[in-house]
Amino acid sequence: MTQWPKPPEGSWTEHYPALGTGTVCFDDSVSPEFYELEREAIFKRAWLNVGRVEDLPRIGSCFTKEITIANASVILVRGADDEVRAFHNICRHRGNRLVWSDDPHQETGGVYRQFTCKYHGWRYDLQGACTFVQQEDEFFDLDKSSCGLAPVHCDIWNGFIFVNLDARPRQGLREFLGPMITGLDGYPFEKMTEHYDFVAENNSNWKLFADAFQEYYHVPSLHPQQVPPAVRDPGAGFTCAHFQCDGPHRLVSTAGTRRWALPEECMYPIERVTRSGLVGPWETPDVGALPDGVNPGKVDPWGISNFQVFPNLEILVYAGWYILYRYWPTSPRSHRFEATLGFHPARTVRQRVEHEVASVVFKEFALQDAGMLGGTQAALETGVLHEFPLSDQEILVRHFHKVVADWVGAYRREGIGAVG
Amino acid sequence: MTMLPTEFADLEPFAPKWCLPSEPGRYAMRLSSSMDEMYEFYEAIHPRAAAAISHLERFDLYGLPEDATNLLHLLYSMIMVSFPVEAWGQPRVPDTGSASFDCFTEPAP
Ligand code: FES
Ligand SMILES: [Fe+2]
Repeated sequence: MTQWPKPPEGSWTEHYPALGTGTVCFDDSVSPEFYELEREAIFKRAWLNVGRVEDLPRIGSCFTKEITIANASVILVRGADDEVRAFHNICRHRGNRLVWSDDPHQETGGVYRQFTCKYHGWRYDLQGACTFVQQEDEFFDLDKSSCGLAPVHCDIWNGFIFVNLDARPRQGLREFLGPMITGLDGYPFEKMTEHYDFVAENNSNWKLFADAFQEYYHVPSLHPQQVPPAVRDPGAGFTCAHFQCDGPHRLVSTAGTRRWALPEECMYPIERVTRSGLVGPWETPDVGALPDGVNPGKVDPWGISNFQVFPNLEILVYAGWYILYRYWPTSPRSHRFEATLGFHPARTVRQRVEHEVASVVFKEFALQDAGMLGGTQAALETGVLHEFPLSDQEILVRHFHKVVADWVGAYRREGIGAVG
Repeated sequence: MTMLPTEFADLEPFAPKWCLPSEPGRYAMRLSSSMDEMYEFYEAIHPRAAAAISHLERFDLYGLPEDATNLLHLLYSMIMVSFPVEAWGQPRVPDTGSASFDCFTEPAP
């Protein structure tokens, strides 16, 4: 196993002195009171990624997003002027949920010419303006032009649609994302339009699940089957090549191996016959030079960079495809997990088969994480233990929980200021 | 009435069960199948996979005739059962009794 160099301070963690090296308390992942604070301090303040522009391909394309923790339902729509906008999903007449089908609590989508409220039939155009009020002359001093849908701040970065539920966002989207994340400017997400979408309702706090996807320390133990038995080393560890923190965001890069250059026994039979597997297709279409920000640690050979965009988006970037995770809290002890795999549209059967293998293998191993984390939640909820040690390989877990605490702390201090 | 191209008549016995167009359908079939059924299917199709891919490569992916589409779906099922057969030794991923992971968008074909 290659030993990747650590920063001059001796460890990644000490390279960021504000993180400390002490034990970390995970009460933030079981406490209902803390969950209430996250609602206000994080999910009603941060920019939240709700989808990609490919999800709104044409004028009138629309989907709704239930952001349970923020008590919000948001309409995302591409207007007649081709602009993407976000609105609260509430009718201006008597507050009915505007866009829904069958069950008002479920997300929906499609292509719309206008939005018509099911209750009394008020209508809104794709830009949110109220265009029709049933029996308008029965109302008193009603000014239709001031009855448009309540807008939600919405902005787009590299095809990622973000909303911000704050009345006045403290930062613009680009400023919020900062230089490390916007280092992905120019990565050709928009070309990778062949998508697989997954969803899981998971019985764990959103942060505990995200933790399992921002460290690789657990991989040899929880996912030993990622290596075929013939070449599996029971004592093997896993060392990441590069860690980086920037504001509330995090990144880890790992080294890559050229699977097809390995001896046969290093691969499962399904990998050999399809030339694809855990790390995706062995050879991906040439997408041209990737932006430097994809591999800021200049890891060579580079395999993957895993960007964690605060609070609840993760972007895993491979040379020719990507994976997205989003963690949507639904209670202190549960969240809705979304995953998307994006590939260049297959041009041949072989490429489609390669994508299918990557998608199936991805699900096998993501299920291992999902199957376990409910147990982490249950064990933490016993309240027996509170403080836990974190290794240098788990620096990003440490950083994540610290940032969450910092945002909650800032919110609390403002609250005290307002009262006092 | 056969489902597969004549060159792959040997796989015909598996076609009615495993030519499934969607991931949820294939995953459900995997969970409801015995390991013996999956071993038998995998041992039959894995040695034929390279030939099947080569056969299908002669067509436009987005204009596959029906028997070729069926063969492609059979390859997808091979992929679906590969981990139970090669790694898990059981239909379900071990230790995932409380978890699910549902695919709701996938490319076609
Ligand atoms: S609540 Fe929508 S029209 Fe009355
Ligand atoms: Fe994992």
